[in-house]
Amino acid sequence: MKENRKEKVWIVLLLLIGAAAMVLPFLWMVVTSFKPESEVFNIPPTLIPKHPTLGNYIELFQKMNFVVYLKNTFVIAIFSFLGLFLNALAGYAFAKFQFPGKEKLFYLVLATMMIPGQVTMIPVYLMLNEMGLTNTMAGIILPGLVGAFGIFLFRQFMATIPTELIEAARLDGAGEFRIFWQIILPESKPVLAVQSIFTFIGAWNSFLWPLIVANDERLYTLSVGLALLKGQHGGNFALQMAGSAFLVIPIIIVFLFFQKYFVKGITISGMK
Amino acid sequence: MGNVIKWINKYKYPYLFIAPTIVLLLIFMILPILVSLIISFTNIDLAGLANWTTIQFVGLKNYTNIVSDSAFRQSILNTLFYVVVGVPLVILFSMAAAILLDYSKSMIFKLLRLFYYMPSITNSIAVAVVWGWIYNSNYGLLNYFLSLAGLPAVQWLSHPIWAKLSLIILALWKAIGANMIIFLAALQGIPKVYYEAAEIDGASKWQKLMYIKIPLMGHAIFFVAITTIIGWLQFFDEPFMMTGGGPLNSTLSIALYVYQNGFQLGFFGYAAAGSFILFVLIITVTFLQFKLSKKGIEY
Repeated sequence: MKENRKEKVWIVLLLLIGAAAMVLPFLWMVVTSFKPESEVFNIPPTLIPKHPTLGNYIELFQKMNFVVYLKNTFVIAIFSFLGLFLNALAGYAFAKFQFPGKEKLFYLVLATMMIPGQVTMIPVYLMLNEMGLTNTMAGIILPGLVGAFGIFLFRQFMATIPTELIEAARLDGAGEFRIFWQIILPESKPVLAVQSIFTFIGAWNSFLWPLIVANDERLYTLSVGLALLKGQHGGNFALQMAGSAFLVIPIIIVFLFFQKYFVKGITISGMK
Repeated sequence: MGNVIKWINKYKYPYLFIAPTIVLLLIFMILPILVSLIISFTNIDLAGLANWTTIQFVGLKNYTNIVSDSAFRQSILNTLFYVVVGVPLVILFSMAAAILLDYSKSMIFKLLRLFYYMPSITNSIAVAVVWGWIYNSNYGLLNYFLSLAGLPAVQWLSHPIWAKLSLIILALWKAIGANMIIFLAALQGIPKVYYEAAEIDGASKWQKLMYIKIPLMGHAIFFVAITTIIGWLQFFDEPFMMTGGGPLNSTLSIALYVYQNGFQLGFFGYAAAGSFILFVLIITVTFLQFKLSKKGIEY
């Protein structure tokens, strides 16, 4: 379509107003996180901190347990990548193998997509309690390790890999697992990239389940820790903003690096 | 015997490959549905967790109690309010953003796209903390802006109606990005020949928007509507963090009600009944999606 200069300026202007509303809360969060507690309540609010300080961030790590929360969050992230691997393995089997019960099992997998978290959380908690896994890392990690959606996306993608490639490897005497590891996974890089990013973000943002299973602060994730911080330091907004910034900024950096894949991921997961 | 071994050898790899995921899904997704249904007919609570002998079957009592609980009914009404007000707003704003962002492929439009997308990936707890402060009635940014315009302060989170709207505004801010991408993908999928044909017929920009773009985004609109409804039926993080369901249960969502009764008060059986009602609601919406999506516009 032809572009009209004047029209374009108006559209950019309109979009800029919207973008400002999108970014302002983040900007406000970052600015405040560098203010000393007293400056937070200044009216009119200061746009740039008059006495910028790193004190809030230092307090997060020295007085609060953010080091522990960060470690736990990373442990969850690492295991969720193991889950991603299992999803890929299952997706591959559903895409490229024939076996009895395949269709029925795949429908079973798809059916689990419809089950909301609120329905499973009480029974899963009771079951984990019976197994002695409440208040353990295993109890936090296991229930969300694999997911139907990941399996489904891997299957869709891996179905497009030429079967001849697999047959040729078999003729050359490669084992089934080796074929998966050395041929299928490298061929699946695009979908692997998309899912890795979303897996990491999911782990980084994990909140409700750790909140339910972990009673002990030693097992809290960053999100649970931040919720706790808000409860304990409800009046200290600067500290809360530092905590929030610590959760948000890494994701924004990841996002800026991989934004191409984000769009792809959303489009794949959204429309198919 | 020989046949069995042959059969196993033939199929062992695919079964081996799917076994971990199928087992985990059975244990943590399928089995819980059964467990949930069973315990929703019992009076299991914190005491029952320690000593099973205290658990009794109570029939439909949990269900009759929960539907007569005014807080639960309020949570259903609130959830309906979120859906009725929120869903059209999400569609409207993300579609408008997509149409405007689709105007050009130049650098500035690509950059703007990033800004719109940013809120949707960030941590909802962190975002709720930040917005909780923006909404603060004494020191918040919003009331400061209002005061600049000479307007009176608004009790964003402590007035029953405003509190609901405040949560919707936050959820809207967070939802625009992801849905905008879906609309953008739909827009870019529209074949160029339609526009060319319309231009030959002398159609204006407005006509192209109303008679080509929007109708051909039917699929995307439908998808966004359904996923947003389901998302809002499960609304939890924001009311949990910002209002705790208050004031006077005015922001209580079904999911928060289930959480409070199950994990804060320890009434597992009772909360399971609530979660089952929520499940039925979500299943109904999902089936409607499958039924209606077959009638979508094809091109």
